[in-house]
Amino acid sequence: MSDLLYMVLVAPFKDMAGSPAFLVEVLIGGVFAGLMYSLVALGFVLIYKASGVFNFAQGVMVLFAALTLVGLLERGAPVVVALALTAAVMVGLAYAIERVVLRPLVNQPQIILFMATIGLNFFLEGFGEMAWGANVKKLDIGIPDRSFIVRGVQINELELTAAVTAAVLVTLLALFFQTTRIGLALRAVADDHEAALSIGIPLKTIWVVVWSVAGVVAIVAGLMWGAKSGVQFSLSLIALKALPVLILGGFESVPGAIVGGLIIGVGEKLGEVYWGPLVGGAIENWFAYVLALAFLLVRPQGLFGEKIIERV
Amino acid sequence: MIYREAGRFKTSYASDQAIFPIVQDRVFVRAAVVAAFVVPPLVAGDYWLQAILIPFLIYALAAIGLNLLTGYAGQLSLGTGGFMAVGAYSAFKLTTAFPRLSIIAVFLLSGLAAAAIGLLFGIPSLRIKGFYLAVATLAAQFFLIWLFNKVAWFTNYASSGTITAPDRTVLGVTVTGPNATAAARYVMALAFVTVFALVAKNLVRGRIGRSWMAIRDRDIAAEIIGVRPLRTKLLAFGISSFYCGVAGAELVFLYLGSAETLAFDINQSFLVLFMVIIGGLGSVLGSFLGAAFIILLPIFLTRLPHSLGLIMSVALQKQIELMIFGGLILFFLIVEPHGLARLWQIGKEKLRLWPFPH
Repeated sequence: MSDLLYMVLVAPFKDMAGSPAFLVEVLIGGVFAGLMYSLVALGFVLIYKASGVFNFAQGVMVLFAALTLVGLLERGAPVVVALALTAAVMVGLAYAIERVVLRPLVNQPQIILFMATIGLNFFLEGFGEMAWGANVKKLDIGIPDRSFIVRGVQINELELTAAVTAAVLVTLLALFFQTTRIGLALRAVADDHEAALSIGIPLKTIWVVVWSVAGVVAIVAGLMWGAKSGVQFSLSLIALKALPVLILGGFESVPGAIVGGLIIGVGEKLGEVYWGPLVGGAIENWFAYVLALAFLLVRPQGLFGEKIIERV
Repeated sequence: MIYREAGRFKTSYASDQAIFPIVQDRVFVRAAVVAAFVVPPLVAGDYWLQAILIPFLIYALAAIGLNLLTGYAGQLSLGTGGFMAVGAYSAFKLTTAFPRLSIIAVFLLSGLAAAAIGLLFGIPSLRIKGFYLAVATLAAQFFLIWLFNKVAWFTNYASSGTITAPDRTVLGVTVTGPNATAAARYVMALAFVTVFALVAKNLVRGRIGRSWMAIRDRDIAAEIIGVRPLRTKLLAFGISSFYCGVAGAELVFLYLGSAETLAFDINQSFLVLFMVIIGGLGSVLGSFLGAAFIILLPIFLTRLPHSLGLIMSVALQKQIELMIFGGLILFFLIVEPHGLARLWQIGKEKLRLWPFPH
C-alpha cells in the first residue's frame, strides 16, 4: 500500500525534479496540444454564446472544411483561392444550416437543438465523404513537421505555428467582438435574445454571421489538425477532445476555451507521461473528461462560465 | 385503431389508471404479445430472427432504459454504451465464475452491477445540469471502455481481448452460446423485454415516474413541492443503467455471441439515443418503434438499391446511410419532436374518424 502511495504521490514528482528540461518539454508539448484543442473549442463557444446552441457538429465542420480545402488544392487551385473558396463554402453552409435547421427549431428547448446538431453531424459526415472521398489525405501547407532545440528543449515547428495561429485568431476574434458593429450586435444577442430583437438587431442575420465565423474557425482548426495528422474521418473525433475543454472553461467564455484548453493539454500530457505508466497507458481518451469532471464538481458552470442563476 | 371508446365508462380508480384503459387495446396487446412468442419462432427463418428480431428486442430494451433517464427524468446521457458494456462484462464474469448460476439470474445480477456503476456516474448530476452533464456522462463512456480494454481480468485473461458467451440452458433448452438456436434466443430476449417493458410502464405511471417528470419539467419547482432531487435523479440513473446493463448482457449472450469493447463504443450510445429521439422521448411504445426503425433502416437501405438494380460501392452506401440517418433525425426533430409514438397516436385518431372528415 505504501509502495502504491509512493508511486502515485512521490515518484512522479521526483521524476519531474530529476530532469527539469524534460519537464519543460512535456509542459510545452501540453501547451501546444492544449491550444490545438482550444482552436476547436472556440467554434463551440462562438455558436453557444450567440445562439444558445451546443453545436455537436463543430468537429465535423472542422473535417468538412479540411476536406474541402484539400479537395480544392488537389484539383490544382492556388492556396489563396482554395482558402477563399473554402471560406465561401463554410459561409454557404452556415446560411443553409440557419435556414434548414435553426429557423424551424426556434423556441424549442436547448436539448432538442443539441440533438439536431447530432443529426447534422451525421449528415455532414456522410456528405463530406461523399463529396470529397473518404481516403486519408495529406494536407501540406508548407510548414515542416520537424523539431528544433532551444536550450535543450525540443520544440516542434508545426505546433509552434499552430500556437501562434491560435493566438492571432483569438486576438482577431476579440477585436471583432469588441470594436465592430456586428461584434456589438453579437454581444447583445448573446446577452439577451429578446432584448436584442426588440431594439432591431436582425437575429437571423446574426446567426448566419456567427455560424460563418465558427466555420472560419473550423477552417483554421482543420488546417492545423490536418497538417499534423492528415485529413481523414478521425478528424471529426477531435470534437470529443474539445468537449472537456468546453465544460472546464465554461460554454460561454472565449478566454475559458483558451485556459481550459491549456489546462487539459498540460494535465493530459503530465498525466500521460508521469502517471500513465502506472495504469498501463492509453489514458488520453478519458483523462481529460475526469479532470474536467473534477473541476465541475467544484464549479458547475466551468471556470469562466456565467454564474447559473435559477428561478422557478 | 378503428374502434371507438365511446360508452366505456371508468367507474373505479383502478380502471382509470389501468395501463391500457380500453378493453380492445388490452385484448390487442395481449394477443400481440402471445403472437410474438408463438409465431416468429415457428414461421420466421433464421435470418429474420438473427438479423432483425433479436437485435430489435435487445435495442428496444436499451432504448426503454435510456428513455426512462432522458425522456422521463430529463437527464441527457451519452454513456449508454459504457453501461451496456458493464452489463455484458459482468454477465461474462458471473457466468464463467459460477457456471451453475441460472443465466436469468446472471442477466439480472449484471443489470444490478450496471445500476451500481450508473449510480456512481449519476452523482455529478446533482450539481451539473444540461449539457455539462451530457459531457460528464461521456466520461463514463470513455473510462469504462478503457477499463475493460486495459484490465485483462474482465476477459478472463483472453489473449484476444474478447468475451464469448458460453452455453447456458433455461429449463433444459440451450439459450446462449454457439449451440443455441435462434428461436430459443429470440424467446429469451422477448421474455425479458416483455417483463421489463411492463415494469417500465408501471414505473412511469406511478409515484416514481411522476417525480421523474416533475424533475424533468422544472427541477427547482419539483424540489420546492417536495420531490427529493438526490433520490429521484439517482433512481433514474440506477434504473436506466439496469435496463442498459441487461440489454448489454443480452447483446453479447443472445445476439453477437462474442464481443470486444468496440461493440460498446460511443457510436452505440448515439444509436440508442437516436432510437429514443426518433421513437419518441417519454414513451415506452416509442422505444420499440424507434428501435425497429433504426434496425430496419440500414437493412432497407442495403436492399433498396439492389432491388432497383443500382450497384453502389460499400463506401458510398455507408455515406448515403449516414446522410439519411442525419437527415431523418433533423426531419423528425423539426416536423415531429415527439417522434414515431406521436405519429402513431395521430394515425390512430385519424383512423377513428375515417372515412369522415370530422
